[in-house]
Amino acid sequence: MSSTVQRTKEIEASRASKGARGPREHVMSRTVAMVIMGAFTLYFLIPIWWLLVAGSKDTGSILTTNPLWFADFQLFQNIGDLFAYRDGVYLEWLRNSVLYAGVGGAVATLLAGMCGYALAKYRFRGREMIFNVVLGGVLVPATALALPLFLIFSEVQLTNTFWAVFLPSIVSPFGVYLTRIFAASSVSDELLEAARLDGAGEVRTFFTVSIRLMAPALITVFLFQFVTIWNNFFLPLIMLRDESLFPVTYGLYAWNTQLNQLPELRSLVLIGALVSIVPLIVAFLSLQRFWRSGLAAGAVK
Amino acid sequence: MKHTKTAAAAAVALLSSVTLAACSSSDDSVAGGACEPAGENVTLEFTSWIPGIEGVVDLWNAENPDIQVKVQTGPNGNGGTYKNFFNQIEAGNAPDLGQIEYDALPNFLVQDGLEDIGNCEEVMAAKDDFVDWTWSQVTLGTESSVYGVPQDSGPMALFYRKDLFEENNIPVPTTWAEYADAAAQVKDAGGYITNFSQSDINQFAGFVWQAGGSWFSTEGDAWDVTLDSPESVQVADYWQDLLDKDLVSTVPAWTDEWNNAYNSGDAWTWVSAVWGANSIASGAPDTAGKWAVAPAPQWTEGGTDAGNWGGSSIAVLKGSDHKYEAAKFALWLNTSDESLTALNEAANIYPATKEGLNLPVLKEGVEFYGDQAIYDVFKDASSQVVPDFTWGPTMTQVYADVSDGFKNAVSGSGTLASALADGNASTIAALEAQAIPVAGE
Repeated sequence: MSSTVQRTKEIEASRASKGARGPREHVMSRTVAMVIMGAFTLYFLIPIWWLLVAGSKDTGSILTTNPLWFADFQLFQNIGDLFAYRDGVYLEWLRNSVLYAGVGGAVATLLAGMCGYALAKYRFRGREMIFNVVLGGVLVPATALALPLFLIFSEVQLTNTFWAVFLPSIVSPFGVYLTRIFAASSVSDELLEAARLDGAGEVRTFFTVSIRLMAPALITVFLFQFVTIWNNFFLPLIMLRDESLFPVTYGLYAWNTQLNQLPELRSLVLIGALVSIVPLIVAFLSLQRFWRSGLAAGAVK
Repeated sequence: MKHTKTAAAAAVALLSSVTLAACSSSDDSVAGGACEPAGENVTLEFTSWIPGIEGVVDLWNAENPDIQVKVQTGPNGNGGTYKNFFNQIEAGNAPDLGQIEYDALPNFLVQDGLEDIGNCEEVMAAKDDFVDWTWSQVTLGTESSVYGVPQDSGPMALFYRKDLFEENNIPVPTTWAEYADAAAQVKDAGGYITNFSQSDINQFAGFVWQAGGSWFSTEGDAWDVTLDSPESVQVADYWQDLLDKDLVSTVPAWTDEWNNAYNSGDAWTWVSAVWGANSIASGAPDTAGKWAVAPAPQWTEGGTDAGNWGGSSIAVLKGSDHKYEAAKFALWLNTSDESLTALNEAANIYPATKEGLNLPVLKEGVEFYGDQAIYDVFKDASSQVVPDFTWGPTMTQVYADVSDGFKNAVSGSGTLASALADGNASTIAALEAQAIPVAGE
């Protein structure tokens, strides 16, 4: 870690000195770049700002007051209402989402990591074929698989259970692809050889040596998978009937389609959407540190 | 070479897993037919999207230990629940009971997704409890078959800004001709009489319904498609005229812009269903106390016809082992005072039974409408809904196609009437594509 920081500093220093001597960046291009970046920042942040503002209003003023500024600030009261509505069914959904995405993402990462590692480091017949099949899996949209999965799960009577959403979530072809590439370049054969000579079994080598070297890729896979599962909507829509199993995205969608019957749900849908992005933000902020060091580690090679 | 081979193998593997899944469904062990009690305790599954229906089902469960109902709520029908029903029927694990809107029932019928509960004595005995036209919505033109128990209805009436009409000395229109005259006066006063919604095709169908038209009818097994019937074209030409003269606004319905048009007084009336009362109250809160409800404008002077927009039934889905118990519960849910009161309280459900229209809660004045007892107007409307309107088996496609045509008409290419003619042709094509017989072809 410290060596990475050191190196980054050196790179920055060399850039700075070059910049001082070389042709200066033109003010125009700099301004244009800043404007473009500013515009994109606004573009991405305004919906969240809107959501925050809308989440702080009561049902009436959502539609009648300026959508980008606060009217009657009652954010916390709304959150309280949300958590209390129908005996806290929203909290149940949030817990389900965390389970599906958190545990599912972790298991998916482990499986993808092991698979990618095996494909990168062991030579066996059919290795390329397996890899190509997995690659093919990247190309098949999850939506297209939802219905066949439903029929298969119906055969084994697992629809409308936790497993109906969890099991399909622990497969990540993209993760296999990424970890294979990463393992091939970051886990050196010499190191594995050394571990074997020291008497470590293959499993132990994987869990003590390789997994650490692959950590940046694994974090990336976890983040991707976490977000994918969290936002996965079609699979729960098809698989689940019992409200107590819904993830938060599906639950909010269901409420949103009931607005005609119960317009008061509007404020709950909005505050619910706002609360539901918090775990994603937390996951990103707390894991991006590793992610960045991962990219740097790749660059050094 | 090697590469292509492996890719092909991968494709085969994927394909075969898909086809395998597609074939290995549906078991035919479940017998339909007889409507007899199981003679033991049963648990029914029931899927609905009415917010708060759990509380209503709890009332039933407390009194009926031998027939327990497990209710599951999800998105509304077109929001995914219908698709799920079809998948579950295919896989043989559909719930016993499902909520299905009137306009979707024919689709379920042609896909063989419904149990006929016409041989359940209690169902047939309840026939006269329901408002006549709601009953014909669930018998689908048959004599002895019943494919669902009517739950709610959406009789239409005229919501109008009482204050603005009075201030500007415009009489409240009682016929569509007067409505067009009023539209011109409202325009002079700086507003629009209403907003023409290009996407609410079932509202337009409600207008056609009121005019005595129907979009479908059945002749034996065959479907007759009449989207461009004379009544339908009459309604289309009427609105086309208002559009051409710029007397109605055309903002997309159910958007903030639309709510704002009503909230700011740009739009003065809305011919809508009973549930629209809450849409206005929540979408235009600043106009509280300024609205009133009158019977919908008529095509003939002194006429008393009403249209309908919305409404659903509770159907027993194919494969249910407990038709008798399911029908019994559905009847209780949609006819008993305690259930109807609770449903109205939870989700403003407007009953489909004659008695239900007299619930105490539907006799009270509504504050938002200047304490007018608005449900009296809808009660009359409910009894005046023309009983012959029939929905087709491909309404999703009909709505999409006609809506596309209406959008074009509103933006100036084509007319509402030509959109209906195009919709008629594409609907016939869609039916034929599904091998559903079409009459007169």
